[in-house]
Amino acid sequence: MSQSAAVTNDLPEVIEEASFLRDTMRGFRKNRMAMVGLVFVCLLVFLAIFAPIISPHDPYRVALDEQLLPASTTYWLGTDNFGRDVLTRILYGARISLVVGTVPSLISLLIGTFMGILSGYMGGKTDFVIMRLADTMIAFPSLLLAMVVMYTLGANLFNIFIALALVGWAGVARVVRSQTLALKEKEFIEAARANGTSRVRIMFSHIFPNVTPTLIVLFSLSIPEAIMWESSLSFLGVGVQPPEASWGLLVAKGKEYLFQAPLVAIMPGVAILMTVLAFNFIGDGLRDALDPSMKD
Amino acid sequence: MLMFTVRRILVSIPVLIGITAILFVMLNVVPGDPIALLMKEHASPDVIERVRAQMHLDDPLITRYFRFLFAALQGDLGTSIKLNRSVTTLIMNAFPNTLYLAGCAALVSWVIGIPAGILSAVRRDSFVDHFFMGFSLLGVSMPIFWSALLMQYIFAVQLKWLPVAGFYGFEYVILPAIVLGWSSAGVIARLTRSSLLEVMRHDYIRTARAKGAREISVISRHALKNALIPVVTIMAIQVASLLSGAVITEAIFGIPGVGRISINAIQARDMPLLQGSVLFATVLVILGNLVADILYSVLDPRIRSQMRKDAR
Repeated sequence: MSQSAAVTNDLPEVIEEASFLRDTMRGFRKNRMAMVGLVFVCLLVFLAIFAPIISPHDPYRVALDEQLLPASTTYWLGTDNFGRDVLTRILYGARISLVVGTVPSLISLLIGTFMGILSGYMGGKTDFVIMRLADTMIAFPSLLLAMVVMYTLGANLFNIFIALALVGWAGVARVVRSQTLALKEKEFIEAARANGTSRVRIMFSHIFPNVTPTLIVLFSLSIPEAIMWESSLSFLGVGVQPPEASWGLLVAKGKEYLFQAPLVAIMPGVAILMTVLAFNFIGDGLRDALDPSMKD
Repeated sequence: MLMFTVRRILVSIPVLIGITAILFVMLNVVPGDPIALLMKEHASPDVIERVRAQMHLDDPLITRYFRFLFAALQGDLGTSIKLNRSVTTLIMNAFPNTLYLAGCAALVSWVIGIPAGILSAVRRDSFVDHFFMGFSLLGVSMPIFWSALLMQYIFAVQLKWLPVAGFYGFEYVILPAIVLGWSSAGVIARLTRSSLLEVMRHDYIRTARAKGAREISVISRHALKNALIPVVTIMAIQVASLLSGAVITEAIFGIPGVGRISINAIQARDMPLLQGSVLFATVLVILGNLVADILYSVLDPRIRSQMRKDAR
């Protein structure tokens, strides 16, 4: 008897969870562009991981007798000024873009969520200090701030993570804070407080789970942004350094040969455009499915 | 109104102090001695010592920060290490060029963005709507450095309609302005569309229709007045971000503006010049936000009364 009571007590919760997930999935699947984006990204991840197996060419081998060749059956998109296969270098560039898209976004999400919940829930001086700090970071033009960080720390991939995380956390913190402020007034938080639940516990096991849908949307929309920033930094020479094959760097190096071999500069840009579009479609799809209130 | 403006200006002051502090700390903890870089290997240690003392590089960071802050307040941003000229003069000489480019780009984004947004809203879910929204999505998804190269290749190299790069007259600004304006046009178009769609749901629009006004006058005389309020405020922010975001465009099209100064400063590791140009751009953005907020409250009295309520 007591067992069946426990089961029925558990039941609504389970159904609730499953239907939330299923609703989200259904909403996402209905969005055709989001599905196209998802397929493209999966394909890109596959190509990036298996690039050494897929491509018969070495992305770093210099062959000066094969400079700037036009597209052919051997070199599908031709070769660059060092005789390296353009398509192979684009595939290796996908590795950098995918890592740069996700890692700094995760870091800024982590910092931003922590700061946002703290700021929203604690209020008072904590809130004031954190929000003024966030205002200050947001006031900086992102590209210039990232450039200054790269200037100070030196141009390499790891420092790009730091630069982008530094640029991104404040926006996350603002959104999470405003959600926390709304959640704080809800009955279940008041109940938890009346129960004597500690503040830390309320913040991280009661409020945090309720902002996760927003976090997922923010994460998916910050990936294309990070990819764009990295390629811009690398294009300007303060990001990934040669001979590594970042897409922005490929465009920068290729632009010297725009007249003889336009594909060298144009194709990595196409890769950026398609990847950014794909992630934007996924992000929009997730937003519409998870949190329609965030639209516009 | 005056109270709101004053309060809004006061709020910007801590932010201004914050950005100078963050910028100063980030740029002054750089490993590598700027003086050693400046003088190469020719200088003897005691000369380096003397120059360091002359430039007050041995003072504590906090002293140097306040010296920097007070000098900056008086319009003195220091001296460029590489060019040995006043940073303020260098920036002020370059600023009109950036202003010209940003102005043209803003014009492009308004002339394309606003009509595109209105048409998309009026003909919602039609081919026109999908076309313009696709166009604006493309605008925000293309890296600027790439669309700039593409434009150069098509219109300058292949068609030979316009010059590739340089800064000698109006025809040199057309391509950069389109490149820079396109991405902003996308933002403006999306905002105009969603704002107009929102306004069209209101009762007073139904009233206007009910009294027999033609659709075109409902939209142009009733709906747009309210729908364009957020658009106008975004425009103020956007001009500021165009001014600071012209870095890549200026680099590619060889326009001697403030953005180019920042890039050159990074390449030459010219710290005072980088510090000055980034500070300048950031202050522009803050001013843009300030103007946008004030404009918003001027255009929309509801905001003002809301502010008054919040203040109580």
